[in-house]
Amino acid sequence: MSPNELSSYLTIAAILFALGLFTVLTRRNAISVLMGVELILNSANINYVAFSHFSSGNSAGQIYAIFVIMLAAAEAAVGLAIVLAIFKLFHTIDVEAAETMKD
Amino acid sequence: MTVSTAVFYLIALLTIVSAGMVAFSRNIIYSAFSLLGTFMGIAGLYIFLGADFVAAVHVLIYVGGILVLILFAVMLTHRITDVTITNRAAGSIPALIVIGVLVYFLIQTVNATPWLKAKEVVFTATTATIGDAFLYDYLLPFELASLVLLAAMIGAVVLSRKEIKD
Repeated sequence: MSPNELSSYLTIAAILFALGLFTVLTRRNAISVLMGVELILNSANINYVAFSHFSSGNSAGQIYAIFVIMLAAAEAAVGLAIVLAIFKLFHTIDVEAAETMKD
Repeated sequence: MTVSTAVFYLIALLTIVSAGMVAFSRNIIYSAFSLLGTFMGIAGLYIFLGADFVAAVHVLIYVGGILVLILFAVMLTHRITDVTITNRAAGSIPALIVIGVLVYFLIQTVNATPWLKAKEVVFTATTATIGDAFLYDYLLPFELASLVLLAAMIGAVVLSRKEIKD
């Protein structure tokens, strides 16, 4: 582990991805699931920027990272709006309670 | 161990410990606030990688936008006066085993693969390069991104507005 090695960044990104996947798999709260998705997107972003810095030498990876950040913002806005709509309908945001399509 | 290595370890620790809090905390408010530590740590990693513009954008959008949005959603969907704001989890043990195996193989692969190396690693200001790239090589994706954001904005308004029945 050192700041001048690609593998240390990839390791951090792998751990973040695993924690995000754990959150998505086990949580029953819709907002927590969205937090796990944010962690997964961030780990992918770290990989993009790390490869752009150490392997390619140009800034294409950073541009993809900015697109991912933009899509994450759109996803958070729509996802949380859907969570609020589910809460209005079912009065809970437990994903298991909201598995039916009618109220 | 130089100062920059020590700072790197500190930032990596902050990122991973806060992400662990997000994944394992029993209280969703703690989870939401731990996300702040994760996002700040990731911004620090971007600075170590020489991506100054991405780090600034990351702090602006994630901490200033998405995190505030998540906190609003938490507080709109739970009665804050309740003593226990639970964050129920299910199937933790099988998920932990799967995640453990996955992270083991990921780290094995990371360390075993001979990654391509750039000729030289440079630290320069990236903002001008990124601006040029957005307006020449990536112009179409850039315009599509604005359309996606417009669609997401309209979608969020339509989904979360109050239904008025007459």
